[in-house]
Amino acid sequence: MIRETIEKINAKNQKALSIYLTAGYPKVDSFVDLVCKVYDAGADLIELGIPFSDPLADGPVIQKSSEAALSNGVSLSSVLEMTSKIKERVDKPIILMGYANPIMHYGIEKLISDAKKAKVDGLIIPDIPLEEYEDFFTNKFKDFEITLLTTPTSSQERIRKIDELSSGFVYCVSVTGTTGVRNKFGNEVKQNLERTYNIISKNKMMLGFGISSPENIKDYRDYTDGFIVGSAVIKSLGEDDEKFTRTLKLIGELSGACKNN
Amino acid sequence: MNEQKAKYNFPNEKGKFGVYGGKFVPETLMTALYELETTYKELRNDENFLSELREIQKDYNGRPTPLTYAKRLTEHFGKGKIYLKREDLCHTGAHKLNNAIGQILLAKKLGKKRIIAETGAGQHGVATATVCAKFGLKCIVYMGEVDVERQSLNVFRMKLLGAEVRTVKSGSKTLKDATNESIRDWVTNVHDTHYIIGSVVGPHPYPMIVRDFQSVIGAETKEQLHEKENKLPTHILACVGGGSNAIGIFYPFVNNESVKLIGIEAEGYGIDSGKHCATLTIGSQGIFQGMYTYLLQDSNGQISEVHSISAGLDYPGVGPEHALLKDIKRAEYYSVTDEEALEGIKLLTQTEGILPALETAHAIAYLNELMPKTNNDDIVVVNISGRGDKDINTIIQNLGDKE
Repeated sequence: MIRETIEKINAKNQKALSIYLTAGYPKVDSFVDLVCKVYDAGADLIELGIPFSDPLADGPVIQKSSEAALSNGVSLSSVLEMTSKIKERVDKPIILMGYANPIMHYGIEKLISDAKKAKVDGLIIPDIPLEEYEDFFTNKFKDFEITLLTTPTSSQERIRKIDELSSGFVYCVSVTGTTGVRNKFGNEVKQNLERTYNIISKNKMMLGFGISSPENIKDYRDYTDGFIVGSAVIKSLGEDDEKFTRTLKLIGELSGACKNN
Repeated sequence: MNEQKAKYNFPNEKGKFGVYGGKFVPETLMTALYELETTYKELRNDENFLSELREIQKDYNGRPTPLTYAKRLTEHFGKGKIYLKREDLCHTGAHKLNNAIGQILLAKKLGKKRIIAETGAGQHGVATATVCAKFGLKCIVYMGEVDVERQSLNVFRMKLLGAEVRTVKSGSKTLKDATNESIRDWVTNVHDTHYIIGSVVGPHPYPMIVRDFQSVIGAETKEQLHEKENKLPTHILACVGGGSNAIGIFYPFVNNESVKLIGIEAEGYGIDSGKHCATLTIGSQGIFQGMYTYLLQDSNGQISEVHSISAGLDYPGVGPEHALLKDIKRAEYYSVTDEEALEGIKLLTQTEGILPALETAHAIAYLNELMPKTNNDDIVVVNISGRGDKDINTIIQNLGDKE
């Protein structure tokens, strides 16, 4: 479903927009509503972050949201419950994104069966690189689209392998670093994007890390199939009113930049 | 299991110690980890590198450190014979410098200009700041806010050495969070930065590299005891946080099956209190900071907040090689409480005139359990991983002027 969704959008010469939300942030009660509104505001896909105590690929904004979600009592089981509820209302792709330990602790077999029931479409686990892929993503995961990440430090050979083992899309990390808004990007971002976009042939490619504004999207739209926005949205949610007015407006603008060709 | 013991040759080519270890880190770091592994594998057989390493270990670090017969401590127990491997006499006061020297030479070969490190008690931070001063490299040390407070002396020392100490305020504000923050820095600055991990933890090849640089402890112990007693020890005792001083003294004896290897973890306020760091004693397997190993975690796989009076043992994970040694029953792991460790401080100080670090005091405290069970011709070696000057504030707070 993930790949088809991105393909349909690209066929109209538009880019896909994926919004990362930390599950249960800012509040558990209103979270399912929030997700539905984020889809309405223009998100094509949603990545639901499973909170973890030690998110070492994340910058301060997502770290804080993760801490808050944990103190709101969010666990992998509750993320799956939320997914079920969202899927009852909106039939668009949901991708779970989380670190390996809570997933392993839940039990791989149990997760696969429960995630299927909840209609999860895909999985991203940033601390399972190629080297650990086979041991972790056994063929039991075949019903899910697994996304691996490429980074500016990945060799051509690694990017090819990442493309081969991913399904759905490949997550192209814009810069070396953790998640979070960046004030400026250097020229090397474009170079890396162009290089990576050329190598990836099997999958769609989405660009993430530091993408925060319609301007970023305009700058890079020729070199990717879509954009992932996380920290900018989480930051806005942390400062927003109860109706998420500003955040939904931001998503509308990001979506506008993706859809305007 | 026995087969594994007979062919002890870890890590394998995937960086695994049995099922433990591995490389569970973001893709950004993978190229740097391969580069580090390749360079290290070249250097470990390079005679120029090895002789430079030996020279610095000797003339700068003060190696070999003595193996001291602890006469009055032995008499205190009235059984067996106790020797102390004196890593407290290393330059900067702990075994940590053994690894920092090796890794700074590696960083030089890798052409890295900027060094980062995490620290708990501050000993690894001081060791790293020291080698950075000696080799003229920029040094940034991440330290949890809680540890910055309880180890203020070492914070000052690091700054004096020219390092920048960055206080980490996320999570539990201790060693694990300082390590997270170091990994985040490395992910960001990987092109010009080498991360000197201070223990046998993290993604492969770190647990192997740190073990190899620390193995000088065990190799010297073997030679020195051979000279003094013409035999192997029967027991080796070391404290375990991440486990670098323990692996350092254990590793050269792993194939000497008669030698009992005993690691002592920090039990904090006691297992039942839930406030401890007895990872191998009661932990379960999981993935954390780049490795598959034993962890202290809750039923959802969230890493637990841990406690020890000793900032150097205050860590919810443990080196993957210790996880393997436990599973194949080649090493045994036990724990002692904060209170017992404080008694250990007094015991060693008052019988031998040696003030051990709070970390080391955990191993000393376990002698109370071990010695009554020994035979008269048993030889117990305790790794005195560091000296206790840095802990004076904590010791005063807990023992006051009662003594």
